[in-house]
This record gives sequence, structure tokens and C-alpha cells, in this order.
Amino acid sequence: MKRLSLLTLFTAMLLALWLLLNDTLEPGHWLLGAALTIAITLGTAAMRPLRARPHHLLVAVRLLGVVLVDITRSNIAVAGVILGPARRRAHSGFMKIPIDLRDPYGLAALACIITATPGTVWAGLSPDGGNLTIHVLDLQDEEAWIRTIKHRYERPLMEIFE
Amino acid sequence: MSGVQFPLWADLLASLLLIVGATLALIGSFGLLRLSGLFARIHAPTLGATLGLGCVLLASILLASVGAHRLVLQEVLITLFMVGTAPVTAMLLMRAGMYRRREDGSRKPSRHQDTARPSTGGASPE
Repeated sequence: MKRLSLLTLFTAMLLALWLLLNDTLEPGHWLLGAALTIAITLGTAAMRPLRARPHHLLVAVRLLGVVLVDITRSNIAVAGVILGPARRRAHSGFMKIPIDLRDPYGLAALACIITATPGTVWAGLSPDGGNLTIHVLDLQDEEAWIRTIKHRYERPLMEIFE
Repeated sequence: MSGVQFPLWADLLASLLLIVGATLALIGSFGLLRLSGLFARIHAPTLGATLGLGCVLLASILLASVGAHRLVLQEVLITLFMVGTAPVTAMLLMRAGMYRRREDGSRKPSRHQDTARPSTGGASPE
């Protein structure tokens, strides 16, 4: 049963990847893909000792939308900083954010979201996991950045992974 | 693909997407020149890797789908692989930069630790 429950979301995503790679929906590829993905999932189970338990997939879909919108907005903001006057480029710096998320998969997702958004880069987590350091290109209002990251990203991630 | 005639709207939309994407990548590269220091510069190329790439991939999906008369979504894979790799590189660069800065800071004489020389083996305790 435990092994069976491994064959869930991960397998489904690998199978989707296989079908996309081959750009086909033929039954033969479904079979081959299913055999491959099940073998890969079981074979690499030992390399993934910690299981992610994502739930609330709807929250994940909404988070994806939020992130896409934010990436678009930050693109425009960073382009403005680059093309704007010199004084706008003099505000970059590090800042700390208290963090409540503990799930490693959730943290990995948060790291990817923060770094993939132009203008912010993940710079490290304190050893106790309570303090996140990020580098911000346009660091003027620390409170606003803390609000954005905690409300828009961390809370949905905690719902999904914890 | 060379002989395929695309409808005008697809051509126009794809061209627009390509120009927007290329402009974003250009602004990002220009940012490397305009910004100073590793930590500020690390933000600039993200433009080309996110929305810039997104626009180019959308144009590619559009033309491939119109050309093949069905939805071609292989470009989604490129997005997936980029999302999985680009942030990791950026974080590694960031960490390396921070480490180097810390190293430079601690190379002052006062912080020099008086640890013993690396043991050459066979040294017994006491």
C-alpha cells in the first residue's frame, strides 16, 4: 500500500512529461510511458526519502496564477528600474523575512518563486529555518515586501504542503 | 515548415510576441551594464529568462499550432525545465557571491584564526 501510494502525482506528472516530449497521445506511448514512469518512480524512491504531500490542488493552481501575474508585473518594474534614472538603481539590498513555512518542498517552491520573480533573489535561510534572507533590487518599503511574500506566496504554500 | 502560409493575424501576433520578448531580453542584458555589483546585476537577466522567454515560447506555440492545425504544447516543457534550473543557478551565484564577500571580510589580520597547521597524519592527540 505504501509503495502504491508513491504512484500518484509524481507518476502522473512524469507520464504527462513523456507524452508531451513525444507530442502524441497514441495508446502505445501511454503504455510505454506508464511502464517507464512506474519503473522510474519505484526505482528512485530511495533517493527521495522525504515524501511531499501536496493537497489543495486548487490552491496550487491559484498560486500559479498569482505568480504569473507577479512575474509579469515585476518584469515591468525591473525594466523601469534599469531604464530609469540612476537614483532608482541605488536602492538594492538584503532584507530579512520571518518565515513560518517548514516543509522542505514548500521552501523549495518558495525559493523558486522568489528567485524566478525579477527583482528578488533568495539568498539563504537561517539554520533554524526561522529567518529568510532575500536580495531585493528596489528595496524601499521592506514592510511591503514582507507582506507580499508572506500573504501571496507563503500562506498558500503552507496550505498546499502542510 | 518553410512552405506553410500563416494567416495574417497569427503572423502579426507572433511577431508582436517575439518583439516584446526580444526587447525584454535586451533590457535585461542592458541592465548588466547599467547596474553595478554582482548582487544588483543578478536581477537583470531574469527578465529575459521569465517574461522574455515566455513571449518567445507563446509565439512558438501559436505558429506551431496554427501550422499543424492542432494544439502543440511541447514548448510548455521548456518552461518547466527553465523554472527548474534557472532559479537554482541564480541562487548558487548569490550564495557564492555572499560567501566570497564574507571571505574577503574575514581576511583581515585580526580575524585570522590561530588554528594548528593541517595535520600531516600520524599526529596523536595530547
